[in-house]
Amino acid sequence: MKLISTVAAFCLLLVSAPLYAHHGNAAYESKKVTLKGTVTSWMWTNPHVFLKMDAKDDKGEVQHWVIELVAPSNIINFGFTPQTFKPGDEITVVTTAVAKNGSPVARLDKVILANGQVMITEGKQDGRAEAAQDHRANADK
Amino acid sequence: MLRGFAATIAVVATLLWSPFAYAQTAPASQAAGAKNQKAPVDPYDLEVHVDGWGETVPKVAQNANPAPAPVHDISGTWEPAKGWRNGVQAQGAYNYPMDGKHTLPFTPQGEQAWKAHKYGDGFGNSPVAEVNDPFEMCDPIGFPRIDLHDLRALEIMQSLKKTLIVYENDQVWRSVWTDGRDFPKIVEPRWYGYSTGKWVDNTTLVVETIGLDERTWLDNVGRPHTKDLRVEERFHRVNHDIMELTVTIIDPAYYTKPWNALDKYPLRLQSDNFDIREMVCSESEAAAYNQEISEQAAPDKPAGKK
Repeated sequence: MKLISTVAAFCLLLVSAPLYAHHGNAAYESKKVTLKGTVTSWMWTNPHVFLKMDAKDDKGEVQHWVIELVAPSNIINFGFTPQTFKPGDEITVVTTAVAKNGSPVARLDKVILANGQVMITEGKQDGRAEAAQDHRANADK
Repeated sequence: MLRGFAATIAVVATLLWSPFAYAQTAPASQAAGAKNQKAPVDPYDLEVHVDGWGETVPKVAQNANPAPAPVHDISGTWEPAKGWRNGVQAQGAYNYPMDGKHTLPFTPQGEQAWKAHKYGDGFGNSPVAEVNDPFEMCDPIGFPRIDLHDLRALEIMQSLKKTLIVYENDQVWRSVWTDGRDFPKIVEPRWYGYSTGKWVDNTTLVVETIGLDERTWLDNVGRPHTKDLRVEERFHRVNHDIMELTVTIIDPAYYTKPWNALDKYPLRLQSDNFDIREMVCSESEAAAYNQEISEQAAPDKPAGKK
């Protein structure tokens, strides 16, 4: 009996555990925002890499932003490595989308380093544009 | 050992960095008013495709004239020919992306099962809290989704009796038995099923797969299947460098007719030095991502500073 209740409790825990949703696109809205600030953390993880930074808002208050990038296997092709950023680096981030709920969470369009170098995460060889073209062609059939 | 690894990383990082050095110097020299400077560098031209070892993957020569396909041989490392990221298929199977324009031949039961699947990508995606994609929870991606979502590098190895297919995504392999055997009499559902293959001509291997676990999705937008799903893959080597992959979904309970999720999807042979990079779903990393991104961006999270 005790075993059954333990198993039941465990199952309940499993059911109530938060789901992971790294493709939660519905949580974002397309919006370009420019953030100037300082890196606090650079997390080289799957499924997506993320960059944490502090940036002041219009009122001069510091906001702790989390900037989402795509997978390491993608951004490695654009020069990003686990060593690209370190805490304290001065950067400028341009977003492609931000959280609809107003939280300081965004997706990266490009990042500009202190020396002016621009880093992006999409290119011309990766085949995304070709995929979109093929889909349009299929739809027209 | 650790120092050696760190040194290797440093060298790779330096190599990766070097193309960008030009980008940062060009605009500065133009600003100085120097004459005859090169045009500004478009950052979108700075992509350098690298393998898992940090080695640059050479661009394909224009007007290449590949040798004929070898007989009964599809071994080697392959990547999507249209670009290393072309096989992501985030919005669903390449031939049927979830864009509101492509319609699958669902049966009523199939459509009902599909509606219970809440996906996070593509047209009609669900709010974060409702997404119930098993792969998001680091369940095995399974077959045929391994062909239909994030199809990246794959390595094929052949022996007399079987062909092994190793995938970059999720770091998994499949065994395709080519020794003429039948499927097992008792089928225990598997994430990657039971596969047998047969050469139908000198350059085409046809693989049949059954015994697939119903918990897996067919693709990234939750197309469902039953336990009776049968998948046919045609690996047709067009020439030495190019192989086309066609994936046909056969599941009469959910689809009124077979449909091609991939149709002659081209893959390009890579150098035998190509190192397939690691791409795994780590539960702890996914949990960290969930805490930092998904939960903060969730609709029910009050706006404000973190």
